[in-house]
Amino acid sequence: MSALAVRGLDKSFGGLRVTSSVDLEVEPGERRLIIGPNGAGKTTLFNLITGELRPDRGAITLFDRDITRIPSRRRAHLGLARTYQIITLFPRETLLGNVTLSLLGLSRLRWNPCVALRRQAGLVARAHEVLARVGLESLAERPLAQTSYGERRRVEIAMALAQRPRILLLDEPFAGLSTEERRDVLRLVAGIPREVTIVMIEHDMDVALDFAERITVLHFGEVVVEGTRAEVVAHPRTREIYLGE
Amino acid sequence: MKPAVVAVAVAVAVAAAVPFWVGGLYYVNIASQILLYAIFALGINVLVGYAGLVSLGHAGLLGIAAYAAARILGGGHGHLAGVVGGVAVTLVASGVFAALALRGSGLGFVMITVALGQIVWGVAYRWISLTNGDNGITIQGRPRPFGLSLASPPAFYWATLAVFLVALGSMAVFVRSPFGASVRGTRDQPRRMNALGYHVWMIRFLAFVFSGFWSGVAGVLYLYYNQFVSPQAVALTASAEALLMVIAGGTATLLGPIAGAALVVVMKNVASAYIERWNFVLGAIFVAIVVFMPEGLVPGTVRLARWALARGR
Repeated sequence: MSALAVRGLDKSFGGLRVTSSVDLEVEPGERRLIIGPNGAGKTTLFNLITGELRPDRGAITLFDRDITRIPSRRRAHLGLARTYQIITLFPRETLLGNVTLSLLGLSRLRWNPCVALRRQAGLVARAHEVLARVGLESLAERPLAQTSYGERRRVEIAMALAQRPRILLLDEPFAGLSTEERRDVLRLVAGIPREVTIVMIEHDMDVALDFAERITVLHFGEVVVEGTRAEVVAHPRTREIYLGE
Repeated sequence: MKPAVVAVAVAVAVAAAVPFWVGGLYYVNIASQILLYAIFALGINVLVGYAGLVSLGHAGLLGIAAYAAARILGGGHGHLAGVVGGVAVTLVASGVFAALALRGSGLGFVMITVALGQIVWGVAYRWISLTNGDNGITIQGRPRPFGLSLASPPAFYWATLAVFLVALGSMAVFVRSPFGASVRGTRDQPRRMNALGYHVWMIRFLAFVFSGFWSGVAGVLYLYYNQFVSPQAVALTASAEALLMVIAGGTATLLGPIAGAALVVVMKNVASAYIERWNFVLGAIFVAIVVFMPEGLVPGTVRLARWALARGR
């Protein structure tokens, strides 16, 4: 059984084929890296997997369950979580408020109009725990608008981790970070337990190379090369497409 | 006791004592109007402020409640049937409004609410057998809940105050609740909310219906206050005026819509007695608010007060 399987996935925007017969199989617990130049269709592939876009053809299964036709909000309840390349957080809420919203998304409590959210001790305690895990516990009560870019990147990851996903899709988690911040985030991602399967998009191959077990190279919406780290790095097509040699 | 509790208690006491200190029945009636429009504005604020969906058709909902209650009363039914029926019809209408308006987003949403409001206006104006057209519908007398007559201005004021306090209380609970957080989340990041597992459409739909409920309650109060309803109540200008109350007072705040309602009602009734061109004055005030306090009267005043305090130190 694979954690995530994509078969024959096609997607076009008008005449532009952004995803072209993509096949992808990720084993449970695997760390998969997806690389490719700008416009290769990496984020589109994530949007198809999470259901924010509908594929023209093909199938997506999550632990052998076909989710191709399931609305994207339901996929979160099935254990699929993602982060965004462009930070997509709640600027008017505190960090605690952001993470609480993430926890609330999977709780029936989200429909409750009669109780005070701050009094939900279990939820608030778990939100603090998640913030501690990404090293932001001391900023819990700070409004998101008053935090640094690097801190927001970590909140992005905290939002996804809070949902205790079985599959985590990380869309360029290092984008725009300094070398030092990258190391922190990498350590954070490396510390995620093995019961979580991770698929990561990273534009910059050097950063995430150590992390990945298997690598998929996308180019113009197609899977060009796939294999172990060593195989992909050594493959002439990778060098040709990706490293521009 | 906490200072907040004391402040609320004092505010309620002052509000309850209005008929004793305001100086004249005319002003008691103005106070009733402020409260009933405040209930309406609080309802609109759920949608405009917390859900981030601008509606220009809410006077249609207020009007539907007023017309439905007037027809039920005119059919010889009691006040309880009138009140419950009026609000129930409005709830159903809100559901229909929401289902249609939520097909669009942003400006599309606004335009659909305008269209829906205009349909209600058209029905009120032209469907004479249902609404008596331009002449409107007059009702006979106000209800006597628990044997207390609401015929006198102070009695009606206290009844409106009681309903207003329930409305305000429901808002205070709503904004602090998990559902309130869900609604605000769909305003700020609908895409992320969806990815986090929230049913964005349903959350917006329920926010609309909640908003419609208080618009309906305001509509029934409107009917009993005026003992009359005509197409004027559902005109586009009525929707715009209510929206301006919310925006002028401060969207997504509890007290903003109340301040906005007070401003508009006072300008309409009191200032118009002294200045013929009171509409011009109201317009100038709105411009001043937008220039100096773009966030609205209540948050703007808080900001200025903080600034003044910091300077004073």
